Amino acid sequence: MRAARDRALPPRFDPERVRMDFPILQQKVHGKPLVFLDSAASAQKPQAVLDAMSHFYASDYANIHRGVYELSLRATQAFEGAREKVRDFLNAAEAREIVFVRGTTEAINLVAQSFGREHVGPGDEVLITAMEHHSNIVPWQTLCQEKRALLRVAPIDDRGQLILDEFEKLLSPRTRIAALTHVSNALGSVNPVGEMVRMAHARGIPVLVDGAQAVPHRHVDVRSLDCDFYAFSGHKLFGPTGIGCLYGKAALLEAMAPWQGGGEMILSVSFEKTVFKEIPHKFEAGTPDITGAIGLSAAIDYLTALDLDAAGACEAELLAYGADELAAIPGLRLIGTAEDKASVLSFVLEGIHPHDVGTILDQEGIAVRTGHHCAQPVMAHFGVPATVRASLAVYNTRGDLDALVRGLRRVREVFD
Amino acid sequence: MSDLRELYQSVILDHNRTPRNFGELEGANRSAQGYNPLCGDQVTVYLAVEDGLVKGVSFSGSGCAISTAAASLMTQSIKGKPEDEVQRIFEGFRRLVTANPRHEVDAEGLGKLAVFSGVREFPMRVKCATLVWHTMRAALERAGEPVTTE
Repeated sequence: MRAARDRALPPRFDPERVRMDFPILQQKVHGKPLVFLDSAASAQKPQAVLDAMSHFYASDYANIHRGVYELSLRATQAFEGAREKVRDFLNAAEAREIVFVRGTTEAINLVAQSFGREHVGPGDEVLITAMEHHSNIVPWQTLCQEKRALLRVAPIDDRGQLILDEFEKLLSPRTRIAALTHVSNALGSVNPVGEMVRMAHARGIPVLVDGAQAVPHRHVDVRSLDCDFYAFSGHKLFGPTGIGCLYGKAALLEAMAPWQGGGEMILSVSFEKTVFKEIPHKFEAGTPDITGAIGLSAAIDYLTALDLDAAGACEAELLAYGADELAAIPGLRLIGTAEDKASVLSFVLEGIHPHDVGTILDQEGIAVRTGHHCAQPVMAHFGVPATVRASLAVYNTRGDLDALVRGLRRVREVFD
Repeated sequence: MSDLRELYQSVILDHNRTPRNFGELEGANRSAQGYNPLCGDQVTVYLAVEDGLVKGVSFSGSGCAISTAAASLMTQSIKGKPEDEVQRIFEGFRRLVTANPRHEVDAEGLGKLAVFSGVREFPMRVKCATLVWHTMRAALERAGEPVTTE
């Protein structure tokens, strides 16, 4: 229905108007209009999300799945409605394939600790890529150490693109799972996830995709990707912190043991035996972030109403514009120049540490991330301790990038 | 802008560009490593301590302008000083960079280190200035573990 409507009346995408929906962006910082270029770390929230959460607390809040009273019913319906919203957003087959977690990190840990511990043994292998965020390295590393298994890493080239042939070669008869990022947080490189899934599945290897940086920028269809697990965080999708999702194919989730035990995830408990609920509830021990799920649901409504395709085209244009403008700055080196790239402009300025760049830009009202972006192996690959990273979202404009370029010239002035 | 000039004073920029006492110290009898996981700054401090006196000091590593200049100026300020005086300078320096920006600068006894008074306007950068000092103290006290800012 939505697709049909979009075809009938293509809405014009205007980031200047989108920007007006985000109250936090209407302020000055150090006397300058705020230029927010750190959405890859966490995105800002539109008024619609703030209103949905505030309304829920003010009108419908209660714990879910227990009370027989009206408020509990409303809260339960809103929470399960959010699950259905995520299902539709990812085009999953069933709502029970969506597990609410705290965020991408928790989703990956859940799979490593449940699926991983069951299936990975001594001498087995877990395959990741060289562009993973620490949250898609450490859980697997810990598992491999515990199980005396091997963590294999598919390499990237000098532009920050995965070397697909090498990835394929590393899929071995001992590989028990491949865990890979959809979009690199430090470089913006987009991985050909569909193809990688096909390669892995041809050898019977399940695939987890870290989608934290992908969902804010492109349509994700887990059924067309055919991945086995897909993880993302609400806060990078213009929703609140504390909520995220793990998608898992029902058959896999059903076969997996619960990760955490407690209330909400049980059918019956005695001191002799506990019977767990069905999926997804057996993975949701304790009271979840109910209002977080409501906020996430509102964020998905907001984003899908914007027309993601038009927004994506606008962002691609903005990214190309930014890359050109930055390249014209003397001594600036872009880190990560993949053919297929989303959202991220990572760079270093010759002779000036990223931390100093960040402080000076901040004085100009410009928020960028400086550091290793929780991807130290990526930094090591490019031989830098850290980079400056400007990342784009639906509310960023050419004006923001012009301000960044002016700010970087200011940095040069301070240092020269 | 005035805050920025306070932070990036010409002395700091100069020591960043050409750090003094940079590199491993021959004859060092103590050393320690420091690490700031936030920005990836790494520093090693080498000391030659004799009869309670810091006879030689140097540093190596990589970091931002503030941390490099802090290391360079630290080596100059503690060289030839007795250990207890080094500790006193350290305390004075720490007070300087963490003081309430509304209060007057108290840089007594700190000499050239007073150029770091602008750091107190930038709470996120205090660790850049103090990492090398913590590392130096660890070397002085012969603590074996690497120092971090966390």
